Amino acid sequence: MRHSSGPACRAWAAHRVRPLNALVAQFLRDWRIALRSRHEMTTPLMFFAVVVMLFPLAISPEPEQLAAIAPGVIWVLALLASLLSLEGLFKRDFSDGSLEQMVLSAEPLFLAVVGKLLAHWCAASLPLVIFAPIAALALSLPLEALSTLLASLLLGTPTVACLGAVGAALTVSLGRGGMLLALIVMPLYIPVLIFGTSATSFAVAGLSVAGPLAWLAVLAGLSLTLAPFAVSAAIRMACEE
Amino acid sequence: MSELSTPSNPRVLSSMPLCRAIGLRCERGGRELFSDLSFTLDRGVMLELRGPNGSGKSTLLRALAGLYPDVDGEIDTCDLAYFGHRGGLSPTLTVAENLAWFSGLAGTTADDVPGLLRRVGVPYPNRPLSELSAGQQRRVGLARLMMTGERKPLWLLDEPLTALDSAGEALVGELIDEHLACGGGVVCATHQDLPVVPGLRIELGH
Repeated sequence: MRHSSGPACRAWAAHRVRPLNALVAQFLRDWRIALRSRHEMTTPLMFFAVVVMLFPLAISPEPEQLAAIAPGVIWVLALLASLLSLEGLFKRDFSDGSLEQMVLSAEPLFLAVVGKLLAHWCAASLPLVIFAPIAALALSLPLEALSTLLASLLLGTPTVACLGAVGAALTVSLGRGGMLLALIVMPLYIPVLIFGTSATSFAVAGLSVAGPLAWLAVLAGLSLTLAPFAVSAAIRMACEE
Repeated sequence: MSELSTPSNPRVLSSMPLCRAIGLRCERGGRELFSDLSFTLDRGVMLELRGPNGSGKSTLLRALAGLYPDVDGEIDTCDLAYFGHRGGLSPTLTVAENLAWFSGLAGTTADDVPGLLRRVGVPYPNRPLSELSAGQQRRVGLARLMMTGERKPLWLLDEPLTALDSAGEALVGELIDEHLACGGGVVCATHQDLPVVPGLRIELGH
């Protein structure tokens, strides 16, 4: 064997691991990819915007009737729109081998997953929240309920993103897991849907909204702490083939 | 079941082998790929895996990496880097962004990315990876491997010469030589002769 003692000789010094680096690096990577493949960000938003505009045409332009269904319509559409962005969440990384490098190298893996989830939420859910006031206006939601709608979306969509990510990670190694993914994830969305719509409906009726919003916050806290571990385990399994 | 332990500080283990496999056995698709396979890889040694297509070279490498659990026996490795068929690089991002992602993820230092890229012959840090040829993309993978070299003493290389020109093949040899000289270890599956003489060789599929 040849031996070379070039300048590249490395000391096996133990580097101090800065775990937040993994989070930030993964967030930046996914956020940049989301910005560059723009259709992935705009498709759910366009779906949300176009379908919301269909309701006044299909049901009635009467403000009272629209206002009654507005909280439910906005929330159901937000859930459906979030499904559209789920399938690509891990699939691309899985097929180009990035997921496997992430599993092998991330220190620790769950923080990299947190970065990924944050980027996913910013790319897929935040645009919906920003667009929600226009949707509320189109559906004649009373202005005094608008702040509650936004609060419920801000508190509810992290849970939606986390649950969706767990489903996407579980189905990533399946060829066409889209339908299965929807079947796994949709029932899990139900509590968020109930608390999200009831908070907004309570605000329309002039009732206290603290209860459902608190529940949304609880769900968000639970899913933000547990989902990264579940996603880590699922992508580890997906890479074992 | 394979057992994997990854000590975090390689220096403590300077006298210990980088990788130890005891009694490995693997069956895939009803066919036995290898059985009773044992080896110990010390610092500064390259293990070459040879064998025809489908003889289990990639499976063995993935098992060593902890990416293939259906192998009987015991596997003990230190921190490792895996350079496989799939590049693990995003085609949407630029070369530098891909490397920055990896260095942040793995906690490696990315001080001299331009120097690293010049070394591997792809001095285009700001080009999207999708604009590079297959061979250039492999070279970016080599740059990443050099970055991990600081933290990962064991390199697992699966056909590292794929898509590379003759200069690229020589580069792979240089990188392996340097890594071994620094006390690292390499397990490499290959069909072509590498420019490095392996310390150990395992023939699969016999």
